[in-house]
Amino acid sequence: MAVTVRAVSRPARGWLEQVYIIEVLRGLGVTFRHFFVNLWRHVLRLLGLRAGPGAVTIQYPDEPAVLGRRARTRHRLLSRADGSPRCTSCLLCETICPAKCIHIVAEESPDPAVEKRARSFDIDIGMCVFCGHCVEACPVDAIHMDVDQVELASYTRSGMIWDMKSLLQERR
Amino acid sequence: MIPLAWSAAMVGYALVFGLGLAGFLGWVERKQSAVLQDRIGANRADVFGWRIIGLFHPVADGIKLMTKEDFVPRHVLRPFHGLAPALSLGCCLACLAALPFGGEFQAFGRAWNLQPWPSPVGLVYILALLGLGVHGVIMAGYAANSNYGLLGGLRGAAQMVAYEVCMAAVLAGPMFLYGTLDLQEAVRAQGRLIAGILPAWGVFTQPLAFLLFLVAGMAASKRIPFDLPEGESEIVGYHVEYSGMKFGMFMMSDFIENIVVCGLGAALFLGGWQVPFVALTGPLGGAIMLASFFAKTCALLFLLMQVRWTLPRLRFDQLLDLGWKSLLPLSLANFLLTVWGCYLWR
Repeated sequence: MAVTVRAVSRPARGWLEQVYIIEVLRGLGVTFRHFFVNLWRHVLRLLGLRAGPGAVTIQYPDEPAVLGRRARTRHRLLSRADGSPRCTSCLLCETICPAKCIHIVAEESPDPAVEKRARSFDIDIGMCVFCGHCVEACPVDAIHMDVDQVELASYTRSGMIWDMKSLLQERR
Repeated sequence: MIPLAWSAAMVGYALVFGLGLAGFLGWVERKQSAVLQDRIGANRADVFGWRIIGLFHPVADGIKLMTKEDFVPRHVLRPFHGLAPALSLGCCLACLAALPFGGEFQAFGRAWNLQPWPSPVGLVYILALLGLGVHGVIMAGYAANSNYGLLGGLRGAAQMVAYEVCMAAVLAGPMFLYGTLDLQEAVRAQGRLIAGILPAWGVFTQPLAFLLFLVAGMAASKRIPFDLPEGESEIVGYHVEYSGMKFGMFMMSDFIENIVVCGLGAALFLGGWQVPFVALTGPLGGAIMLASFFAKTCALLFLLMQVRWTLPRLRFDQLLDLGWKSLLPLSLANFLLTVWGCYLWR
């Protein structure tokens, strides 16, 4: 296989950039502008006046975390109109899971139209890598990762295991 | 008795000036960088729910450093390991004594000098002590008895020696112009007016020297574009083996060195305690002198802090190139120009 070499020309530096002093002043101009604009906004807000935000910081535990619209967070299981879980225990999610964190025990479904259902459906969130493969693999759209819950820590390992009952709870 | 008490009071003022401002600088560094980077900065330390824009953080830092375990690894070289931070901090603190915080004022039938140690060789004293401070860095690196510490110390030595030379060469120009090594006299020499409107401050009479002095001063006090003695990615620094308050002393001496450099800059280039167009007399004049010098020092500190958070750091060869190949020739040229200028003028 031939190696493709592409020459990338660097932007040439003129004499003025070489001297560096002017570039330093330009850089200082940027930081001074940010400093004084932000300071002015902070002062205005301190005085109770309306002003733009002086900082982009989100003070996370005090203010809620801002998650992307497509963020993959904690799983939930969806249910049918009659309230029973949609999961048919096909084990596709358990099979595709790269972290091996899904554990399903199947049983026979009383509904003659459905072959199987899950007796238990456990996800070890401590093992989960939040890849979203389970959501993609599910043929009946029974599992989603859109609860927007990221505070999942627990003091025990067993506390990290979410069972079917808690996974079926609706979006908070 | 009264002169002794007055002298003690002025030394106390110098110490409070240095140490207080150094503690405050810890806060300034955090908040200024935060504001210019569109962040908020440290604001969690509180006393009974009062946060006062994070002003308790230096206090919390101090308490933390004081109460932290002072861990001394078994392999360090004993007497030097403990001596290095003391030497580093001691040299910087001693520099403060020669700064002209204010001039003389008349009250109660005698003259009161606001400089803790009036000396005809104040500038040489400060330069010598700043140079001695290098020993603290080298000693710390050597006492660490590990390659990382030693490399950091060596870098510090090469850098600080290079820039102390530059600093002395830069200051030769203004010193020749003022005709004295006494900082108090140098400040008085800047009290005149040029053409009746412009104060004869060093920044106007020696603009190139002022610029070079800022660069050399920043490098001599190891501030960020020049903080090569420490570097988390390549070497760890001369203070790898230090913890607790001994590490804190290195931090403090960095800040105090910065304050000394800014104080020196204020005295030599910004007219020291002078206020343009105002003759300062009496106790009120003395207070204004102190305030004026303090304000000028703070302004320089603010500028250096801004530079510290604006520029990326240099590579070590670039740093030495800048020092030996640009700064030193330029400062010598500035000195020659000053001498010629003075000769032609008179």
